[in-house]
Amino acid sequence: MEEIKLSRRDFLKISAATGGGLIIGFALGGCEKQTAPPAQGPLSEGVPEAEPLQFTPNAWLTINSDDTVTIRVGSSEMGQGTLTGIAMLIADELDADWSRLRAEHAPTDKAYTNPIIGRQHTGGSTAIRGFWNIVRKAGATGRELLLQAAAKQWGVEPSECRARKGEVIHQASGRRLRYGALAETAARLPVPDKVFMKEPDEFVLIGKSIPRLDTPDKVDGKAVFGMDVQLPKLLTATVARCPVKGGKLKHFDAKQALAMPGVKRVEAISAGVAVIADHFWAAKQGRDALSIEWDTAGNESLDSASIEAQFKAALDSGLRVRDDGNINQSLAAAAKTLEAVYTAPYQAHVCMEPMNATADVRADGCDVYVSTQAQTASQETAMRITGLARDKVKVHTTFLGGGFGRRSEQDFVMDAVECSKVAGQPVKVIWSREDDIMHDQYRPATYNRLRGGVDAQGKLLAWEHRIAGSSILARLYPGAVKDGHDRTNTEGAKNLPYHIANLRVSYAMVNTPVPVGFWRSVGSSQNAFITECFFDELAKLAGRDPLQARLELMSEHPRHAGVLKLAAEKAGWGTPLPKGRARGIAVAESFTTYTAQVAEVSIDKGAVRVHRMICAVDCGMVVNPNSIRAQMEGAIVYGLTAALKGPITIAGGQIQQRNFDDYPLLRLDECPAIDVHIVNSQQHPGGVGEPGVPPTAPAVANAVFALTGQPVRSLPIRLGA
Amino acid sequence: MLHLNVNGQRHDLAMASDTPLLWALRDGLKLTGTKFGCGIAVCGSCVVLVDGKPVRSCVTPVSALAGKKITTIEGLSTDRSHPVQQAWIAEEVPQCGYCQSGQILTAVALLARKPNPTEAEIEEAMRDVLCRCGTYPRIRTAIKKAVALAAAKDKEV
Repeated sequence: MEEIKLSRRDFLKISAATGGGLIIGFALGGCEKQTAPPAQGPLSEGVPEAEPLQFTPNAWLTINSDDTVTIRVGSSEMGQGTLTGIAMLIADELDADWSRLRAEHAPTDKAYTNPIIGRQHTGGSTAIRGFWNIVRKAGATGRELLLQAAAKQWGVEPSECRARKGEVIHQASGRRLRYGALAETAARLPVPDKVFMKEPDEFVLIGKSIPRLDTPDKVDGKAVFGMDVQLPKLLTATVARCPVKGGKLKHFDAKQALAMPGVKRVEAISAGVAVIADHFWAAKQGRDALSIEWDTAGNESLDSASIEAQFKAALDSGLRVRDDGNINQSLAAAAKTLEAVYTAPYQAHVCMEPMNATADVRADGCDVYVSTQAQTASQETAMRITGLARDKVKVHTTFLGGGFGRRSEQDFVMDAVECSKVAGQPVKVIWSREDDIMHDQYRPATYNRLRGGVDAQGKLLAWEHRIAGSSILARLYPGAVKDGHDRTNTEGAKNLPYHIANLRVSYAMVNTPVPVGFWRSVGSSQNAFITECFFDELAKLAGRDPLQARLELMSEHPRHAGVLKLAAEKAGWGTPLPKGRARGIAVAESFTTYTAQVAEVSIDKGAVRVHRMICAVDCGMVVNPNSIRAQMEGAIVYGLTAALKGPITIAGGQIQQRNFDDYPLLRLDECPAIDVHIVNSQQHPGGVGEPGVPPTAPAVANAVFALTGQPVRSLPIRLGA
Repeated sequence: MLHLNVNGQRHDLAMASDTPLLWALRDGLKLTGTKFGCGIAVCGSCVVLVDGKPVRSCVTPVSALAGKKITTIEGLSTDRSHPVQQAWIAEEVPQCGYCQSGQILTAVALLARKPNPTEAEIEEAMRDVLCRCGTYPRIRTAIKKAVALAAAKDKEV
């Protein structure tokens, strides 16, 4: 076992909870700036030995006297399996009985601050890799205290006892005590100075395909999503928004809307005009009856072509974010050169659960019930609107019907809090699908020019990648933009895994009224497509096999090479295929995880048909193989939609797509067979929710290139385009 | 006052007769297992069974349902014992879970019509229920599993 010293600062709370349970929580290990909130509420009573500043009213786990264990997870369950994953980490160190364990979403509290992000927030594929040590330490401390409690009760040394599956066993005598019976004693013991965390070969749960805890409630309708929240006196609202980007409300006439049965009020809010009614259908009919005049802010002429023209014009004025060797000299010296323009379009998130939130604003407090990825931001949004202090605003996280980055935004929370504030009672705001697609924060569209050169032996000498597009961080976190550089625009491009002596990457920021946001795998989703497809173009120019050409330049990137080789081997790279089929390969690192995919495609009645996707993933230490497989499958389907469907386009200042009829998703009959292979690794865990997306589009595009000889330089893939 | 027969129970409903069944179920009867996804009968999250057939509740007015038997996800079984639910659990189909009521009820209707569907029949029946999490490969496997579970159940009886 690995010994972990616990400082008094690390340890926040251990107390006899109401009902005799054991509750444990921690501040962030080593993060000195984080101070725990002052003691408050019933959970902090009766713990005289702890210092007030080290208390928190929240905690990771509770052991109940009936032997059940409750795990509180600060990350949001949006389908990626985090409730189960985090619970597994805690339960393994706790030596809990998994069959007696349940996991729930935690309240909003500093104790659940994501150490990578610095707020309570689920994004960037950070939950497992960020909380890996923190939550295992929480579990290990529980185990240590239960061991001590049992030893005390038996009058033996703790070292004579061991914990296993929810009980402590005295090895010499064979005596046993269930955790529930030990909880009260354990809760009164002093904080241990040190706890032992398991070595990987001691894990009981970690590494196994433990069934997800949330599956049963997701097959019988019991799982509560934000959309399903019920409260006494709850009203439902829907909001009319200016269809033109950047526009705002000029004038509205509510007379006809108010005449609709069930409509209670019509109010101007930040986002537009809210119709608040007894139920959704009344609110929708009220909204349809509104008469509104918008101030379109002069943006009626904005369209996709004018935005692309702006990007193109700015391309050569970009900031160099990487500049190795001498790009111009090397291109001049190259035996063969190639220049290509690549574009990636806007894409919408389209979570199956349209955006929504419920707020209950009162004079003395505010509760927000929401499927959110961003508890701290949601809390602060409500604080700003209500003027209430942090401790008066509670955010209750429900299940998320998809997230993909969209639910890190606060627009839907603003709607609900503003509506409840004006209505003086609880209000649920529901977005229609049209609202969801027309008022998203889209994956940034980008315009790219690439130049590459190979020498007479076919060696890749020079690589230049100029990127122009809008910045996510400039809108959301302007302080994170340095010298006009938004790192999310160059991720997946700046960190090219190939050793090329002369390599330049530049980025030109062009912000437009079209808001851009975090979209599953963020910059890597476009940049992997652009770089991996241009790589295949250069490999062809050099007369090289795409796999061999990659591997030769990857001596400094063994984990990239590892997944490439594994995917290629499983796909039978280089072996014959039926006539009319071809393979394409691509690799990318994102969120500290390495993923390679091989696509097998044909062209069927003028359309790309993907038959098979082979995925190899190295995400470090494996927590739950089945969850990893599910995330890779899901990411590939997500990536295929972006490769083959869409895009989001703009005309007259408006998003032209409205619903799933004109913004289609991949369907089951278009879904390829997907094989996922996981690398056995002892590295620190990497992200899992997003890294499956980036290689999908380029693997498919490279297969189309191999099949047709025509490079694919824009998405979605259109043959002959 | 309108009446709806939902999951074997008669319910009174004080909503306009043009109200889509989806909102009657969700807002009127507080049966929230049926989901709103698109409102235009394209995504399938709102599928319920009407006299055993899959129906898009978001575009079906309650006035069209007099005398018909409606089954929602809540009424499929009392204990998740329906072979399709059992197969969905065994194959761990759901990710976010939001579309799964529609997926499951569409699969139930398929198996009622075709107890042992071919792959082409599965694709034809399931292609119009969208899933953004990408659970399609597992839906395919789970339907085959449900066929096997249903067959085993029949044997027991």
